[in-house]
Amino acid sequence: MTAQTRLAPVLFFVLMLLVWEGLVRLTNVPAYLVPGPWAIGQAFLQAPSVLLGSLASTLLVTFVALIVSALVGVALAVAMVASKWARAAIQPWAVVLQVTPIVAIAPLIIVWVGDPFAALVVCAVIVAFFPIFSNTAIGLGAAPADLLDLFRLNGAGTWDTIRLLRLPAALPYFLAGLRVSGGLSLVGAVVAEFVAGSGGVASGLAYRILEAGYRLQIPRMFAALVLLSLAGLAINAALAGLARLLLARYGDTTPR
Amino acid sequence: MLTLNHVARRFANGVEALHDVSLSLDAGDFVALLGPSGCGKSTLLRLIAGLDAPDGGQLVWRDGVPAPGALGFVFQDATLLPWATAAENVFLPLRLRGIGWADAGAKVTAALAQVGLGGFADARPHQLSGGMRMRVSIARALVSRPRVLLMDEPFAALDEFTRHKLQEDLLALWRELGCTIIFVTHSLYEAAFLARRIVLMSPRPGRIVQDIASEVRSGAAARLDPAYAALVAQITGHLRAVA
Repeated sequence: MTAQTRLAPVLFFVLMLLVWEGLVRLTNVPAYLVPGPWAIGQAFLQAPSVLLGSLASTLLVTFVALIVSALVGVALAVAMVASKWARAAIQPWAVVLQVTPIVAIAPLIIVWVGDPFAALVVCAVIVAFFPIFSNTAIGLGAAPADLLDLFRLNGAGTWDTIRLLRLPAALPYFLAGLRVSGGLSLVGAVVAEFVAGSGGVASGLAYRILEAGYRLQIPRMFAALVLLSLAGLAINAALAGLARLLLARYGDTTPR
Repeated sequence: MLTLNHVARRFANGVEALHDVSLSLDAGDFVALLGPSGCGKSTLLRLIAGLDAPDGGQLVWRDGVPAPGALGFVFQDATLLPWATAAENVFLPLRLRGIGWADAGAKVTAALAQVGLGGFADARPHQLSGGMRMRVSIARALVSRPRVLLMDEPFAALDEFTRHKLQEDLLALWRELGCTIIFVTHSLYEAAFLARRIVLMSPRPGRIVQDIASEVRSGAAARLDPAYAALVAQITGHLRAVA
């Protein structure tokens, strides 16, 4: 990327903000319907510590959920490649979890789990774990047939084949899944907070959005949304950087 | 060393890959299995390696079925671990058989030197050319000091210049190491240049049609040797029976 192409999205963003602010002022739309960027910035600066504290709370749920998703997803994928029985047992349940709408079962989970933080993490994991799991499972199965033959010729056991061939071969797939799951983990955390927030348990960004909505503090609601978007962009960029770092020694033979 | 008695192999889809193949292979020989695509030569190599089992007939090893490590296998592609260095790739077969780096290090270094890659131990596959990757692959097969080296069209994907150099180096290695080489190829020039014995195969069903002993003096000069030209002409004469 040249300096110009790097600058282009920033310039476009600033231009859109100016157009937005101009339209809001020209048409005299009240701030409780559509606030302009200026009003949103003001709303954030009025109480930055409240919103940033809520962001930290949501991000903590997101990160714990992402780490749990990675551990559970990889463990299940390895179990599936190690044993046909495990494959037959796990596959349908993983799909069931994937298609279960989290909003529908989140209230149940919050009641069952009890501890609010753990309940939020469980909900976010249910949303986030599938891409890691399915990508890792595909990667574990994508080891070249010739290399599998080479391992067989040298008398390698199942565990050595997984450890020395299948797991490193699956790393690029795992990292691609992790990047998708990073965003989903944030979405899952926010959705769970929405459900929990209406019961008055949580302090995450979703709770701020709900609260601001009830009080018709629409600019503040938008400020919370902007923070969420920025957090999503940061997570995505961080995971992309991690993938570049870990895959440097693979050369250009990696998928995606 | 190895005798094949009426070996047959039929795949699940009904294709008869090998039909009544009988062959006796001598220790220390350099044998080319030559034939067009689909003649079962790779299947035959996999049977010898023990990666596949025949549906009929048998393979009899005079000194018993080779232990892991007594057979080296070189595939058509280099099939290296892309995340590992050249040295780690060559170390792999020893590592899989439970040998530690303390005992294997010298062998790995020697194998890399044998294929002319002494200075590339720490290079990763994506930093090497196609020919160099194939050299690493050959070093990986040689590091176990195999009695038998099985090669499945190892040079087919390389350019002509690289291929000639690798063929000459392989011949030198064969004379130096004294192992048996069974070399699958679809190039009659390659077979005529490398092998002491050429087994010509024909497809549908895969079977042996000619067994030719080579009188060509082996070495880089052989490509200009009249005996080499005569052998190529002799094989060409048999091709009508194959196609």
